[in-house]
Amino acid sequence: MNNLLSLITFTPAVAALILALFLRGNDAGAQRNAKVLALLATSISFAASLLLLVGFDPANTAMQFVEEAPWIMGLTYKMGVDGISLPFVLLTTFLMPLTILSTWAVTDRVKDYMIAFLLLETMILGVFCALDLVLFYLFFEAGLIPMFLIIGIWGGANRIYAAFKFFLYTFLGSVLMLVAMVGMFVMASTTDIPTLMAFDFPAEPMTVLGITLAGGVQTLLFLAFLASFAVKMPMWPVHTWLPDAHVQAPTAGSVLLAAVLLKMGGYGFLRFSLPMFPAGAAEMTTIILWMSAIAIVYTSLVALVQTDMKKLIAYSSVAHMGYVTMGIFAANQQGVDGAMFQMISHGFISGALFLCVGVIYDRMHTREIDAYGGLVSRMPAYALVFMFFTMANVGLPGTSGFVGEFLTLMGIFQVNTWVAVVATSGVILSAAYALWLYRRVTFGALVKESLKSITDMSRRERAIFAPLIIMTLLLGVYPAAVTDLIGPSVAALVTDYAASVPQLAEAATH
Amino acid sequence: MTSFDLATVLPEVILAAYAMLALLVGVYTGKDRLTGVLTWATAAVFVGVAAYIGFAMGGAASAGFGGLIVDDAFARFAKVAILLSSAVVLVMAQDYMARAELDRFEYPILIALAVVGMMVMVSAADLMTLYMGLELQSLALYVITALRRDSVKSTEAGLKYFVLGALSSGLLLYGASLVYGYAGSTNFAAIMAAAGTESAPIGLLIGMVFVLAGMAFKVSAAPFHMWTPDVYEGAPTPITAFLATAPKIAAMALIARVVQDAFGGVIRDWSQVLAALSVASMFLGAIAAIGQRDIKRLMAYSSIAHMGFALMGLAAGTALGVQAMLVYMAIYVIMNIGTFAFILSLQRGGQAVTDIAGLNQFAKSEPLKALAVLVLMFSLAGVPPMLGFWGKFGVLLAAYEAGMAWLALAGAVASVIGSFYYLRIIYFMYFGADVAPATSRMSAVQWAVFIAASIAVVAGTINLFGLEGPATAAVEALLG
Repeated sequence: MNNLLSLITFTPAVAALILALFLRGNDAGAQRNAKVLALLATSISFAASLLLLVGFDPANTAMQFVEEAPWIMGLTYKMGVDGISLPFVLLTTFLMPLTILSTWAVTDRVKDYMIAFLLLETMILGVFCALDLVLFYLFFEAGLIPMFLIIGIWGGANRIYAAFKFFLYTFLGSVLMLVAMVGMFVMASTTDIPTLMAFDFPAEPMTVLGITLAGGVQTLLFLAFLASFAVKMPMWPVHTWLPDAHVQAPTAGSVLLAAVLLKMGGYGFLRFSLPMFPAGAAEMTTIILWMSAIAIVYTSLVALVQTDMKKLIAYSSVAHMGYVTMGIFAANQQGVDGAMFQMISHGFISGALFLCVGVIYDRMHTREIDAYGGLVSRMPAYALVFMFFTMANVGLPGTSGFVGEFLTLMGIFQVNTWVAVVATSGVILSAAYALWLYRRVTFGALVKESLKSITDMSRRERAIFAPLIIMTLLLGVYPAAVTDLIGPSVAALVTDYAASVPQLAEAATH
Repeated sequence: MTSFDLATVLPEVILAAYAMLALLVGVYTGKDRLTGVLTWATAAVFVGVAAYIGFAMGGAASAGFGGLIVDDAFARFAKVAILLSSAVVLVMAQDYMARAELDRFEYPILIALAVVGMMVMVSAADLMTLYMGLELQSLALYVITALRRDSVKSTEAGLKYFVLGALSSGLLLYGASLVYGYAGSTNFAAIMAAAGTESAPIGLLIGMVFVLAGMAFKVSAAPFHMWTPDVYEGAPTPITAFLATAPKIAAMALIARVVQDAFGGVIRDWSQVLAALSVASMFLGAIAAIGQRDIKRLMAYSSIAHMGFALMGLAAGTALGVQAMLVYMAIYVIMNIGTFAFILSLQRGGQAVTDIAGLNQFAKSEPLKALAVLVLMFSLAGVPPMLGFWGKFGVLLAAYEAGMAWLALAGAVASVIGSFYYLRIIYFMYFGADVAPATSRMSAVQWAVFIAASIAVVAGTINLFGLEGPATAAVEALLG
C-alpha cells in the first residue's frame, strides 16, 4: 500500500464528487442516500486509517508511509505521517462518521451539507498528511471554503456575520503565512517539509523599520506563521471569531470546528514553528506563555458569565487551547506530550459537549441556559452523559482531560513557575463554569412548561456518544496509548529544539 | 520585401484579409442576417490561426521588415491566448447579442480587426509598430463599445473610452518622441543599446515613463484606471467580456515586451514604476469594489486588482516574473470568461440584470450554476486549490525572489481585502434573502463554456494544463 495516505485523504472527496454528480432529487430517499454514502465514505476512511496505526512504527521518528510525485512550479506532491501527525489523522477519521451520524435529522439541503462535510474532511486530513509546504497551505486554506458555507447556509440567526468574520480572520492570518512560505522557498530552494526542518534559516539580528530584531529572519518567519496559527488555535487576543462561529454554526459544524479544525494551529506550531524557526520561537516564548496564561484565566472568567451554552463551551475551548500553547512552548517532553494529549482529548470532549448541546437544541431550538432546568427528571441518560463530559472538561482524574492538563502544567512548571501558578488557577475556574452550567441545565425542579414533554436520547444519539465515552475513559486510565505513539517523535522534536537554541544564542553573541 | 518577411506576419495578414473579405460579403449580401454565420466564421478563423501559430510556426525568433516586427515564442504564446479567448468570447455571447438585437454584422469584423491590432502589438519590435497595433486595436474597441447606439450609457461609454484612450495615446506618443530624441531610433534593440546597462539618460527615462503611462491606461492599472468602471458598465455585456480578456493580455504582453526588450538593461529604473502601479492597482481594485452594486462595475474593479497582481510579476524584472505574469494572465482569462458567461445569462423578465442583489438565493433555483460561480469566485479571490491561487503564488514568488518582499506582502494583504466582495457574491447566492431572484438563461455553447471554465479552475491545480512549458519558452525568447 504505497498510497494509503492519499486513499484516506481523498476517499471523502471522491464520495463528494459522486454525490454532486449523480444524486438527483431532494426527497426523503435521496436525502437518506446522501447520508448513507457520506457515512460509508467516512467509515472507509476510518478503517483505512486503522491500517496506518497497525503499520506505524512509533520508534521511527522519520516520516512514514511517504508518497511523492512531481507537481507544478517546482513543488512536489508529498504526503507522510510521523508520531505528531498520526494521532490527528486518527482523531479526524474517528470523529467524522460520528459527525455525519449526528446530522441524521437535518433536512435542509442535505446533499450540499454532506458534500461540504466530505470536502472538509479531505482538507483536514490533507493538512495533517502534507509534507510539502505549499501542499500544506493548499489544504489549510481550502478548508475555509466548506466551513464558510457550513456556517453561512446552515447556521443560526446571525450566521452571515459569523461566516464572514470566520473567513476573513483566518484568511488574513494565512496569507501572511503564505508570504513567509514564499520566502522560505526562495531561501531554502525547496518546499519539502522534512528538509526545511533541518534547514537553518538565518538568525542573525536584523533591523526592521528601526527596530532591532533578535533572531532576525527566523523571528519574522515565526511571527508570520504565528499570525496564522494563533488565529486558528485560537489564542487570546485573536480568539474573538471563535465564539461567533461556534454559536452560529450548526451542531456538526461546531463539533468539527472544536474537535479538529482548532488542532491545525497546534499541529502547525509543532510542525513548523518550533523545528524550523527555533531562534524565533525562543525569542517569543515568554510572550506566548503569558498570552496562554491570560487566555486560560480570562476566557474562563468570560465563560462564567455566558448565557448561551455554545458560547460558554466555545470560551472553554479557548481556555483549553491555552494549555496547549503553554505546553508546546514549554518545549520539554512533558509539556509537548501534554499539549498533544490535550489536543487529542479535547477533540473527544469538546466534540461531545457540542453534541450534548445539539441534543437538547434539536428538541427545544434554543441554546439559552435559562430555558432549561431540571432535565435530569425527564432525561436521565442525557444527564449522565452530559455529566461525564462536564467532568472530563473540568479535568477529573480518570478522564483524558486530567492527563493533558496535568502534563502541560508539569511541563511549564519547570520552565516558568509564575505562568504555571496563573494557569493552575484556571483549573478551578473551569470547574466553576462547567459545574455551574451543568447545575443550571440539569438540576433543580422541572418547572418550565415547554420542557414537560421533552424526550430522552434516542438510540442513534446514544450510539454517537458511546465511542466518545470509551475513548475519553480509555485515554484517562491508559494515557500510554497516546504517549507511546507520540513519545519518540516528540522526544526528537524537543531534543532538536534544545540543541539548536543555545547554539544559535551563542552564534548571535559572537 | 522578401517572402521570409511575409511568413513572419502571415497570421496577421490572413486575419486582416479575412476581415476585409467578410466586410465585403456582409455589405453586399445579407448584412445583419449574416451575423450569426460571420460570428462563427470569425471564431473558426481565430482558432485556425491559433492552431497555425501554435503548431506550424515553431522554431527560433525571426524578425521582419527591417526589425519592425518580430515573431518569437513570446509573441506566439500571447497570440494564441488572444485568439482563443476572443473566439470563445465571440461564440458564447452570440445568443445574447441576438436577444438584445445587437447582432450587427460589423461586430465580429471589428473584433477581428481589434485582434489583428493586438497581434501586431505583441509582435512589435519598434515603437512605430507598437503604436500602429495599439491604435488599430483601440479604434475597433471604441466603436464596438458604443455598439448600442440608442443607449445613452453605451454611447457615453464609447465616448469616454475614446477621449481617455486618445489622451493615453497622446502620452504614449509624447514619450515615444522623447525616447526617439534621446536614443536616435525607434527600434527596441537600438533603444536598449542607447539606454546602456547602468542608468538611462534622464530624457530617455522621462520618455519611458510616459510610454509606460500610456500602456498602463490600456491595462487599466491605477492611477490610470478611471475609464474602466464606466466603460465596463456602459458597454453591452459581451463587449465588456471581450474588453476584460484579450486586450488585457495584449497590453500586458506589450508592457513586458517594451520593458524587457527596449529597457532590459536598466531594470532598476522601471521596476519601481511598475511596483508602484502594481500596489496602487491591487489596493484600489480591492477597496473600491466593496461598495459596488453592479456586477459589471465590480468586475471592472476586480480586473484592476488582477492587473496589479500581473504587474507585480513584471515589476520583479526577472525571467521568473515574466513567466508568472504570463501564467497569471492565462488563468485570469479563463476565470473571467467563465464569470462573464454567467453574467451574460442573468435576466429577469427578459431584461438583462447586472445588479448583484439579483443573485439572491440563486443557489436554490440553480444549484449547479451556483456551484460553478462559487468555484470561479473563490478562484478570483485566490483561495486554493483553485487556479487563481497559483497565479498569485507565482507572482508572489517572483516578487520575493527579486528582493521585493514588501510588494509580496502588500499583494497578500490586498488579496484579503479583495476576497470580501467575491464572498459577497457567494453570500447573495447562498445566504441571501429570497426576493425577486434573477433567472439564468444560457445557450448550449454558453453553458459549455461556463461549466468548462469552472471545471478548469479546479482541475488546473493538477498540472496547470502544461502552461508552464510554453510560458518558459516564451520567457526565454523574450529575455534570451
